[in-house]
Amino acid sequence: MKPSIYLFGVLALAAVAGCKKDNYPAPGDMLTGHLLYKTDTIQVERNQVPFQIYQYGFGKVGPVSSTFSQDGTLSAVLFDGTYKIIVPNGQGPFMWKQTAGGNPDTVNVTLKGNQNIDLQVTPYYMIRNANITISGSTASATCKLEKIITDANAKDVERVSLYINKDQFVSGGDNIAKKDLAAADITDMNNISLSVAVPTMTPTQNYVYARIGLKIAGLEDMIFSPLQKISF
Amino acid sequence: MKKLLSIATIVAVVLGMAGCKKDSDFLNVQPTTFLTTDQVFSDPNLALTVLADLYNRQEDISSLDGNSNDPGWRSFADFSESFPSENGSSYIVQRTGWPYSQWSIDWSTAYTYIREVNLFLERDSASTQLADADRKRFYAEGRFLRAMYYFELVKRYGGVPLILHSLTLPSKDITTIQFARARESDIYDFVIGEAEAIKGDLPADPATKSRASRAAAVAMECRAALYAASIAKYGATTPAVSLPGGEVGIPASKANDYYTRALNAAKEIIAGTDGTYGLYNNGGNLSDNYANLFIDKASAESIYFEDFKTGGKVHSFTTNDQPYSLSDEGGDAGRLDPSLNLVEQYEKLDNTFAPLATVDGTNNPIYYTNLQDIFAGRDARLAGTVLLPDGLYKGKKVDIWAGYVLGDGSIVTSDEAGHTKALPGTTTPVQVVGTDGPVNGLELRTQSGFYIRKYIDPAVGSGRRGQGSTVAFIRYRYAEVLLNAAEASFELGHPDDAATYMNQVRARAGLTTPLAASDITFDRIVHERRIELAFEGHILFDMKRWRLAHKVWDGTPTSVTDIKTNLGVAGTHSTQPWGLWPYKVYNPGDPTTNGKWIFRETRPALATGYNKFLFGNYYSQISNDAIAANPKLIRQPNQ
Repeated sequence: MKPSIYLFGVLALAAVAGCKKDNYPAPGDMLTGHLLYKTDTIQVERNQVPFQIYQYGFGKVGPVSSTFSQDGTLSAVLFDGTYKIIVPNGQGPFMWKQTAGGNPDTVNVTLKGNQNIDLQVTPYYMIRNANITISGSTASATCKLEKIITDANAKDVERVSLYINKDQFVSGGDNIAKKDLAAADITDMNNISLSVAVPTMTPTQNYVYARIGLKIAGLEDMIFSPLQKISF
Repeated sequence: MKKLLSIATIVAVVLGMAGCKKDSDFLNVQPTTFLTTDQVFSDPNLALTVLADLYNRQEDISSLDGNSNDPGWRSFADFSESFPSENGSSYIVQRTGWPYSQWSIDWSTAYTYIREVNLFLERDSASTQLADADRKRFYAEGRFLRAMYYFELVKRYGGVPLILHSLTLPSKDITTIQFARARESDIYDFVIGEAEAIKGDLPADPATKSRASRAAAVAMECRAALYAASIAKYGATTPAVSLPGGEVGIPASKANDYYTRALNAAKEIIAGTDGTYGLYNNGGNLSDNYANLFIDKASAESIYFEDFKTGGKVHSFTTNDQPYSLSDEGGDAGRLDPSLNLVEQYEKLDNTFAPLATVDGTNNPIYYTNLQDIFAGRDARLAGTVLLPDGLYKGKKVDIWAGYVLGDGSIVTSDEAGHTKALPGTTTPVQVVGTDGPVNGLELRTQSGFYIRKYIDPAVGSGRRGQGSTVAFIRYRYAEVLLNAAEASFELGHPDDAATYMNQVRARAGLTTPLAASDITFDRIVHERRIELAFEGHILFDMKRWRLAHKVWDGTPTSVTDIKTNLGVAGTHSTQPWGLWPYKVYNPGDPTTNGKWIFRETRPALATGYNKFLFGNYYSQISNDAIAANPKLIRQPNQ
């Protein structure tokens, strides 16, 4: 019976060696970050605003693409190394720095272990002082629009919208009720108010999540006010 | 010993004789398993087989036979114009947008095809043995196929590298065969220029439909010029969808020139210069006439189509989409269900729009004696495109109704099509839902309340898996040429001509009150194409070139009000397919309504997603692999 013991030994060795040979350790560095304007986070729609991570030096170059979450955070698990991050042209409710050639400028990140980065961008507008309340079955919101970019790149407001939803994903696609206020109906950018009826929900719940969104003419991504949970 | 000697001598002699053959002759053996280029291009029939292969590999966004990833029916099933009634395909109505790579053609597949056409052209023109007439016609056909392919590429990608001869891999410098993208307008100019250059070498013969004819080339030119024109004109509304080098986007100043070219090409076909074509008008029931246009291969309306033949290439569109209750093949049916979004768009015979009346002014249901009464007095193309409840297929009625509605408004139905149950107050079980559905989530029966009729083959056995259908897929037909002419005339400021062209198409559908010049608006143009060319693979490219796609598929859920309002208005959003479910009234206490039909707009429960078309979807992504292999390819905008 001795040969079979040797055989087991050989097999076990082969198995152990095999594990080492063709398997790499999984990437372990967590890259996290925020879209910021000065100290304010930029709120966007989930799965809509993409970013791309490039790494050079390994032959063919292609991006790792992902999207910001709705509170403007990014996260990616990567290997140690040097990376370049961009937001492609035309994406996001903000201006990403560009090179003289019109390409998106890169943010360099040298990753060794977990790292948090802040991506500074210039939004066209910010929604300030957003306040959403519910009385009876009506949600009312007030806010102020601050125009940040006022030079030749400035863009107009297309509409302001109030969205409410049963869960915390709140946007043009994810909502149970919405109210649009077209730009033509805005008389005072410092004093905007909107209201919408809260529909009956099944199963009943005594809270909703709400955000105010701003659609900027000529851009497809909206900018939002911070998420609010409102109980009633 | 003697015997041995003589054998040895014979062997030596044989060997010696064989050895006398020259080495070059000995080694130069004609292969028996394939034909050489010279052999192929010495015989017109053999050369035609090479061409046939190229014909067979043309690209269409929607096609009846489809490919292994996308069976034919599914290539028609998106954009909320229909509901996909197959569990494995629910993702079409559950996604909230399309990846940037959607609608792309694999880059290497595309350029392999281009290379093979280029090789064909080079070999054909080098051939000395083919008769002149054959060689010229083959050459023109090859150029037609290449132009068609570039047209398909430019519709998806905008400008692509324009490669017009076969390339050889260089030994050293790979950059000599890396080409940058041409401008979008260059590719359209190429397609238009090729059509003009080859049309004289193609037969002006309306019976030539599956091979390139003169009219096919001109129809291609007409459509390409119209696309280029509208991209030039309406591209101005979406400045974000362009690249500074013109790889994407066409300057607005070119619009009028392209519209004029489109109009001239259309006029050439209409005038009969390219052969006698006309609208299919064989009398009888107008809806049947419209449906037969897609069945009758001899129709004078079809200009160029993808043909199918028993014993050769067949497709399973009928197998997949025939009505379940009348299916030739148990377990295969009903996948492509037109949506109410589309059905509501069919006009009344007085040229006005009105939603199908399901409720009266005070929101009470309207009761109909017959199932089809609600659809009465509509554009004949409705019943010609869509198989309505109680509609006839192979002489039998389909059985589409969702259940019984009782006097108190409650519903008696079942989760299994055709089930029987006892109604309240009775003991005898009766059928409580149609054998064709609709039942939410029950695949292969309709879930929108409609089946597709266009392209469905009424021939016996065409719905069997083993037999298949031979209905042709029409790529160019006369009605589209008329609509192209109408659009180009309208954009060039001649709404009177536009009305004349459009009224011909409408009269064939029973809309005999002509539209006046003042009635022709952009909305009318958009609407007429959506109706006439429904399920023919036009909607995506039309919405793209008018830059309406991001408005129509705007990523917000569609409500019943959205479905019933703004009918015939271009750019009205339509992001989720709705259905119209008929219910039979069971209310013995009220003889005025008992046994009648009511209808409810219903969004199929599976339709949980909503279409969102991003700026980055206007031009399909060139894969990262292709860009990495050729850094001269610049990325699409907004991706």
